[in-house]
Amino acid sequence: MLPDARGRFGPYGGRYVPETLVAALKELEEAYLWARSDPSFQEELASLLRHYAGRPTPLYLARNMTDHLGGAKIYLKREDLAHTGAHKINNALGQGLLVKRMGKRRVVAETGAGQHGVATATVCAMLGLECVIYMGAEDVRRQAPNVFRMRLLGAEVRPVESGTRTLKDAINEAIRDWVTNVRNTHYLLGSAVGPHPYPMMVRDFQSTIGREAKEQLWDQEGRLPDYAVACVGGGSNAIGLFYPFLEDPVELVGVEAAGEGLYGGRHAASLVQGRPGVLHGALSYLLQDSHGQILPTHSIAPGLDYPGVGPEHAYLKDTGRARYVAVTDAEALEGFKLLAQKEGILPALEPAHAIYYASRLASTLPKEAIVLVCLSGRGDKDLEIVARALGDNIL
Amino acid sequence: MSRIGESFQELRRKGELGVIVYLPVGYPSVEATLELVPAVLEGGAHMVELGIPFSDPLADGATIQRATQVALEQGVTVERCLEVVGRLRGRGVEAPIVLMTYYNPVLAYGEEDFLVHSKKVGADGLIVVDLPWEEGENIREKSLRLGLDFIPLVAPTTQDDRIARMGREGRGFIYCVSVTGVTGARDELPPDLPQLLQRVRAYSPLPIAVGFGISKRKHLEAVRPFAEGVVIGSALIQTMEGAKREEAIARARRYVEVVTGRRAEAPHDDLF
Repeated sequence: MLPDARGRFGPYGGRYVPETLVAALKELEEAYLWARSDPSFQEELASLLRHYAGRPTPLYLARNMTDHLGGAKIYLKREDLAHTGAHKINNALGQGLLVKRMGKRRVVAETGAGQHGVATATVCAMLGLECVIYMGAEDVRRQAPNVFRMRLLGAEVRPVESGTRTLKDAINEAIRDWVTNVRNTHYLLGSAVGPHPYPMMVRDFQSTIGREAKEQLWDQEGRLPDYAVACVGGGSNAIGLFYPFLEDPVELVGVEAAGEGLYGGRHAASLVQGRPGVLHGALSYLLQDSHGQILPTHSIAPGLDYPGVGPEHAYLKDTGRARYVAVTDAEALEGFKLLAQKEGILPALEPAHAIYYASRLASTLPKEAIVLVCLSGRGDKDLEIVARALGDNIL
Repeated sequence: MSRIGESFQELRRKGELGVIVYLPVGYPSVEATLELVPAVLEGGAHMVELGIPFSDPLADGATIQRATQVALEQGVTVERCLEVVGRLRGRGVEAPIVLMTYYNPVLAYGEEDFLVHSKKVGADGLIVVDLPWEEGENIREKSLRLGLDFIPLVAPTTQDDRIARMGREGRGFIYCVSVTGVTGARDELPPDLPQLLQRVRAYSPLPIAVGFGISKRKHLEAVRPFAEGVVIGSALIQTMEGAKREEAIARARRYVEVVTGRRAEAPHDDLF
C-alpha cells in the first residue's frame, strides 16, 4: 500500500521541509495513523460527514447532457451539494477533528479559489478553533464573495502580496506561519500535496467521494463506470475519486488547466507539461524553468492555478494507471455553459474543466458506456469571472 | 581537515567567536557580491555563506525574500553562483565559502554535477534548507566523497536522537536555528536559546554556529559562551537596502566592523 513508510509513491512525495517542521510532521503522522485505526474517531467523522456536511452527496445521471451529446451516460458526483459547496469540507472536517485530538488551538490554511478557506473557516467555527487563512492578493480580488464568507465565519483572511500573489504564494506564507507557530498551530493543508503525511491523509479523507460513487453507481446501474474523470489542480478531488477505483478496470482521467493554451506558457498543466522537482515539501511534477525556478501559472479557475500537483498523481501518470489531459479556459467556459443550460447546474470553474473533457469523451463513446465525473464544487463564487469572460453572452 | 574545520580550530586557538556572513548572490548585483565578500571579510567576518536564489524561499522572512527577488530579476542561476565562487577564489579570497540553497535548483542542475562543480570552483560546504537529514543520504554521501562539508541544520524542535545523528554524520559545523520561525533580524534572542545550545553540545561534537535573528553586537556576546560562531544575514542586507553599489559595500563593511567590535558603535544607530 502506498505511500511507503517514508511517504513515497514510487519516487514521488517525501518530506522536503525546513528542519523546524520535521517534528510536527512526525507528530501529525502518528496522530493520523492512530486516528485512522481508531473506531471512535472514524465514527465521529462519519457522523459529522452525514449530519453536518450532508453526505452522502447524490450521484446524478445528467440525462439531458447525455442525450444532447448522443454518447455515453454521464453521471455527476454532486460534491457541489456538500456543505460549503465543494468537496473541501471532507478533508477540513477530518483534519479539524485531528487538530482537536492533538490538542492544538490554532489553525492556518491556504486557499486559492476560497473553497478550502471557507471549508476550513467553517470547521474551525464549529470546533471552536482559531483560524487564519492565507490567500493570494490576486485571488482575494477575484474571489471576493468567499473572502467575505470566511470573515463572517470568524476567520482572519491575510492577503499575500509576495510572488505571483496566487495559491502557490499563499502556501508559502501558510508554511512560514506554521514554522513560526508550530508548537500550537496545525497547518490544515487543503489538497493532496505537501510533505508526508498530507498527500496520504488528504487522499484518505477525500476517498469518501469515490467510495460513495462506486456504491451509488452499483445501485443505479449494477456495474462500474468505464471512465472516472476529475479536474486536477493539487489533485484532491481527483485522487479522492480515483483511489477506490485503482484496482478496478476503470479508466482514470485527470483534467488539468491549459489556461490560454499549452504552448504560450499561460497555463497550469503540471503533469502534462512539467517535469519532476521539489516544491512545498514533496517531489512531484512541477512547472519550472531549466534552472529550477518555479514558473508563474495561469488558469481561469483559481483552484487550478498552481504549478505543482500531488505526488500520487505523479506516480499514477508514470505508471500509466491514470491519464492526464488539459483543457483551456475557453473550453472550461463551454463546459460551464453546457451544464448550466442542459442540467440547471452552475459548476465551479474547476470542475467545468472536467465537465468539458467528459462531454467530448462521452460523445465518442457508445450509449452503453458510463462516464463518472466529479462535480467538485458549485459555481456561485465564479459568476463575476464568468460574466466578465462571456460578456453579453450571459448577462 | 576541511577549510571550515581549520577555520574553527584557528578561532578556538585565538579565543574568537566565528562570524559567518550570509550574502545572497546577486544582491544588490553580481558585481557587488564579488566586492562584498572581500569587504565583509576585511570588516571582521571569518566565513561567508553564499545564497543561491530560489523563487519560493519558504524558510525566509521578508528581507531575504526581497533580496532573492532582486537576484532572480538579474538572472542569477546556479551556474552564475558557482562562477562567482570561482571568481572570488581567483581574486584571492581564502576564507571558507559555504553555499546555501533550496533543493530544487540543485535538482534541476543535477545533484552530482552540482557537487562536483561546487568543489571544483572552490566551495567548502553546503547547506540545503529544505532537505531534512532523512532525505539527504545520497547527497551527503557524495559530498563526503568529494570533500565538501554537508552542514546540518538543527531547530529548537529537533529531537535529541536526530541531533546525535547529525552530529555524527554532519561535517563542518552545526547550523543551529535560534527560533521556530523564518529568517529575519529580531531585537531579542529567545530566552531558551542557551538551553538549546547546551542540548546540541551534549549530543554533537561539531562546532555550533547560531543563525536566524542574529543582528546585534549584544547577540554575539550573549551567544559567545555557548557557541563557536554566529550567522548574520537579514540585518546585513537591511543595511544595504536602497543604497547604490559603493555605498552598500561601505555600509556592509562598517556593519560587520561594528557587530564584531572592531569599530565603536555609532551612537543613536538603532541597527546596532
